[in-house]
Amino acid sequence: MWERIGAMIFKEVRQMARDPGTIAMMFMFPIIQLVIFGVAINNDPRHLPLAVEANDNSAYSRAIVGALRATSYFDVTEVASRYGEGDQLIAEGKAQFVLTVPTDFSRALVRGERPQLLLTVDATDPASTGPAVAAVGEAVNQALARELTGPLAARLAGPGPVTFVLHRSYNPEGITSHNTVPGLLAIILSMTMVALTAMSVTRETEQGTMENLLATPLRPIEVMVGKIVPYFAMGFVQVLVVLAAAALIFKVPFVGSMALLMAVTLLFTLVCLALGFTMSTLVSSQVQAMQASMFYLMPSILLSGFAFPFRGMPRPIQWMAELLPPTHYIRLVRGIMLKGWDWRLAVPESTVMLAMLLAFGTIAVRRYRDTVA
Amino acid sequence: MNETPAIAVRGLTKRFGARTVVDDFDLIVQPGRICGFLGPNGSGKTTTLRMICGLLIPDAGEGEVLGLDLRTQRRAIKHQIGYMTQKFGLFSDLSIAENLEFIARVYGLDNRKARVDAALERLGLATRADQLAGKLSGGWKQRLALAAAVLHEPKILLLDEPTAGVDPQARREFWDQIHALARDGMTVLVSTHYMDEAERCHEIAYIAYGVMLARGTTDQVIAASGLYALQGDGPGADRLSAEIEGRPGVAMAAPFGTSLHVCGPDPAALRKAVEPWADRIRWSEAEPTLEDVFINLMRTATDNSVLETA
Repeated sequence: MWERIGAMIFKEVRQMARDPGTIAMMFMFPIIQLVIFGVAINNDPRHLPLAVEANDNSAYSRAIVGALRATSYFDVTEVASRYGEGDQLIAEGKAQFVLTVPTDFSRALVRGERPQLLLTVDATDPASTGPAVAAVGEAVNQALARELTGPLAARLAGPGPVTFVLHRSYNPEGITSHNTVPGLLAIILSMTMVALTAMSVTRETEQGTMENLLATPLRPIEVMVGKIVPYFAMGFVQVLVVLAAAALIFKVPFVGSMALLMAVTLLFTLVCLALGFTMSTLVSSQVQAMQASMFYLMPSILLSGFAFPFRGMPRPIQWMAELLPPTHYIRLVRGIMLKGWDWRLAVPESTVMLAMLLAFGTIAVRRYRDTVA
Repeated sequence: MNETPAIAVRGLTKRFGARTVVDDFDLIVQPGRICGFLGPNGSGKTTTLRMICGLLIPDAGEGEVLGLDLRTQRRAIKHQIGYMTQKFGLFSDLSIAENLEFIARVYGLDNRKARVDAALERLGLATRADQLAGKLSGGWKQRLALAAAVLHEPKILLLDEPTAGVDPQARREFWDQIHALARDGMTVLVSTHYMDEAERCHEIAYIAYGVMLARGTTDQVIAASGLYALQGDGPGADRLSAEIEGRPGVAMAAPFGTSLHVCGPDPAALRKAVEPWADRIRWSEAEPTLEDVFINLMRTATDNSVLETA
């Protein structure tokens, strides 16, 4: 019996060694997982972009900003000078927080009137901003404790020297599903469009039907379009299902334009299909197509900002994640659904996706030929 | 011979990496002829067929198929050629009728329904039109594949080992159909390993390791080989093959039932080689067969296909 099992083991090892896909999986999966979970994913993101709208440039407000910076949760990236500029920065995603210091802040503080200090948060992704928000109150109080000395020390007693107002934009209740459900659109489309297209083309090659197809007058582009259209229709149905569930079950607000969302979804779906087709020209079997899709899907879920805060990842990983189409689509969906982005705000991310579509489309058309071998 | 040949290729060459699979190959097939394409495995038969139907682009050489340039008019050629792949190339998860309908659409045929129905009728599959193609037996799959390959009434039909694994009766019917198609003017180029099929062709071309070694009708090929054959009958004749094959003047010796078939290029030398057994075995003159010719050719050709697997 042992000899027979040995024969099986020996044969299996030989086959494994001859299959580059399996070898790649064996070595790459642990490495990718280690990088993603060990380095990239961080549920306590720091150095988040903070815009300061200081209408009262006093020692107190400077101390508060300094203290926020010292928490390491915030990087002051923008200084808003006009009223309303802070909100604009949040809408565009350039800042995740805006600290607004009212005009007569220091006077009111000295008088013991407990002036308001407004922190506006982009709450579309409550998970990524939660820890930072929690650290604000303590930091502000400590900063003021250092500043308010002598007779002013009395202001520190009681409920505290300032009234801290927190405004959660776009998602006042901080409901996580408002963030994940729109993101799901990207993940579901990636999973089905990329994997199914890649497999459907390799299936023809594997079963020998491709040779027959190519011997007919069908042009490569005709085979491609014919294969893509049904999956495209399927993707459209998926989008409708997710959007219906978002509205009816999860009560996700929909602030922006449905037409714009459909337009960027169309673009993203095409990117996915082109990518799937490109993959299919690089692999030779359905198993390999499946493996290639896995290699693509894992980072798409984990690094695109879908499952974990994008800004929590180290810079180099963020750059890598920018290469993933879902990263851009997720920003667009969240922007349009939750923040009401208009087409002008959608242009930058859409341009990136368009470039990806052209790149993948070119590779797919070039690699897919009307000849065998 | 003032007709335009259906297939006329010159110097076709195809390399895969360092290996030359088809080397400087010439072939002319006249319209309405059935040309058998023979040769050992890996000899470049499939590659040649693929180059003729436009599935592969030759690295060198030129040619015309139905007067169309092989290199620049591949698409026009595809419209007039029917190709039946070695492996069943239709969709096993579509029904018989659906497969035919798909092919009819791809070729942009008019009267689609009528054509598909007629093809089903000819096939004798009208009652099973809704059966999935994948559930058919080997013989039926082959018939369906042929029906699909000729649905658009091509002028040339390329068949790549069409009868592999098919029972004798189905093979017979298949060949009757091929002859019927050729009578109607279709030119057929068919690759095969079966000698009886080769003999049913109007003419044959023998290719080994990318090089054409013999060409003509069966009789011409046998005559050109210059082989001479003897048949030995007697007790234990069939067990002598190994012993006799090693002797000078013997190209090969093979048992057929209880008798032994030997052949060689020189009649006198062959007679001399079998002389020692003359006491118990009666040697009589025999016709050399196509198989003799091909096996002899194959031995003398160099096998370059091992380069790839090495």
